[in-house]
Amino acid sequence: MSFLLEADDLVRVYTGRGGLLGKAQPVRAVDGVSLRLGRGETLGIVGESGSGKSTLGRMLLGVDPAQGGTVRFDGRPMPARNTTEWRALRARMQMVFQDPLAALDRRLTIAAQIREPLDIHRIGTEASRATRVTELMHAVGLRPDQAKRFPHELSGGQRQRVVIARALATKADMLVCDEPVSALDVSIQAQVVNLLRMLQKQTGLSMVFISHDLKVVRNLCDRVAVMYLGRIVEEGPSEHLFANPRHPYTQALVSSVPEPGRRLDGRVILQGEPPNPAKRPPGCAFHPRCLRATDICRSGIPALQPLGTDRTAACHLVAGETRAEVA
Amino acid sequence: MSLVTPTETAPHRVVTLPRKRRIPLAVAAGLGWLALMVICAVFADLIRPYDITQMDLSARLSPPGTPGHWLGTDELGRDVLSRLFQSVRVSLVIAFGATIISAVFGTTLGFLAAQFRGIIEHLVVMLADFQAALPFLIMSLAVLAFFGSSMILLVGLMGFYGWERYARIARGLAISAGAQGYAAAVVQLGATPRRVYLNHILPNVASTLIVSMTLTFPEIILMESGLSFLGLGVQPPDTSLGNMVGFGREYLTTAPWIMLGPAVVIMFTTLSISLVGDWLRDKLDPTIR
Repeated sequence: MSFLLEADDLVRVYTGRGGLLGKAQPVRAVDGVSLRLGRGETLGIVGESGSGKSTLGRMLLGVDPAQGGTVRFDGRPMPARNTTEWRALRARMQMVFQDPLAALDRRLTIAAQIREPLDIHRIGTEASRATRVTELMHAVGLRPDQAKRFPHELSGGQRQRVVIARALATKADMLVCDEPVSALDVSIQAQVVNLLRMLQKQTGLSMVFISHDLKVVRNLCDRVAVMYLGRIVEEGPSEHLFANPRHPYTQALVSSVPEPGRRLDGRVILQGEPPNPAKRPPGCAFHPRCLRATDICRSGIPALQPLGTDRTAACHLVAGETRAEVA
Repeated sequence: MSLVTPTETAPHRVVTLPRKRRIPLAVAAGLGWLALMVICAVFADLIRPYDITQMDLSARLSPPGTPGHWLGTDELGRDVLSRLFQSVRVSLVIAFGATIISAVFGTTLGFLAAQFRGIIEHLVVMLADFQAALPFLIMSLAVLAFFGSSMILLVGLMGFYGWERYARIARGLAISAGAQGYAAAVVQLGATPRRVYLNHILPNVASTLIVSMTLTFPEIILMESGLSFLGLGVQPPDTSLGNMVGFGREYLTTAPWIMLGPAVVIMFTTLSISLVGDWLRDKLDPTIR
């Protein structure tokens, strides 16, 4: 099976300011990430704030230039940003934003905004574009009379539907959703997630779903990649990964999800400071907060090791366990 | 104080407020005044009773209300009303022309700076700082003294007044829109920079630019008045509002009507521009309709 999207060894370094007189501190937001996205697959990317998941999403789309590594879409390398080919490729890959109000032009009616990608990529005639807009609005559950509304006249969930409709207008093959539901009410979240799932089933598009909400990711995604400080620490099919997390960080994440009826005793509570990408600890980036850290964790950076057929994890201890199991 | 029971007041409160569609009185008056000024400027040749240079030495300094000279005459017996029409034409051409030149020039440079960043942005910002640091009147005086005054030069020169404000506003707003938000979203849809700037960023920043224009417009009228007053603006016998005020100053105590007419026109025109500009800004914004 050929992959729709192949990313290899992506690196993105931001140069932060170190105060008035301080030295500029390079921040490795994304540090050597490789990913595969199959056709029709939903890949979840989870992690704390600052783990580089949004940056990674933008790099997969080619919106943020990669400083190292390559992105191949449908077998071809990503064209340089803001070139004609790059713009043409936008018709096949789209983004859903976290804040739908900011992503919409407040001066245009929502029908005009949903129509915009069709105008940009010159798809269809005047009449067919209008039909397509009506069709899209229906598909995302917007009423036809809302076509002439402005974004500020809609609710948060409706705005996000507009953004999704716009992203789907050109029948894109890939959708990157950057925390699409975290700005919404819980009840609306479910609606939008169900909408995304339904649309994916209907159109067979591939999706990268970036979120810090494990429940949503577990619900929606086929495969999940867990990020910590710009690196993927564990990856695997969503059901297996959540049922049996191997990396200590994933274990802590999974146990942090409250479940009704379960006592809170057995939770892994992380100690120490949340990660600061500007001050990356030596060795395994997670070792200062890891309950099981040993000497090897403080010195060597663990590589992603395969665990069984379809899972990988980057942890010295997990790799050791696996080897012991095999032996 | 008697308590009003809710049941008594409730039916009155249910009445929905009609949406304000009527133009406010002040704005209507402003629009009317501006229309009047434009008509005056366009048909100045037809409606003025006398030629602007026609002298009537027997009727020098006649006060307003004199039959035949409803706004009086000046020190050479020229009809003030006729000269006022001509002044409105000249001043409006200069002020409108210059405001548009300065807005287009400044906004274009601001957008270029926001789009290309790097060296172009540095250059634009540096030019804007240079312009802001330079006393504009002194520079205009130098240019006019060197090249001699002509209408085209005057409009072009005034067009450089205040462009740095548009450039800064346009650059700042375009950068903030591009960093995150609708502009970034539209770029991500595959739009060309031309489309992003003309269809999305420009309409969104237009309200701020319009307010800036309503500020620049009166300033340009006043600047032209100042230059004319100093003798380097519109050259006599042609006349502008500022020019009339300048020459009427000498007769302030004996024949105040010579300068009061143009002064009142300047005041009402700038006031109207401000009112209409404010109203237009609100009108163009769908979020506060």
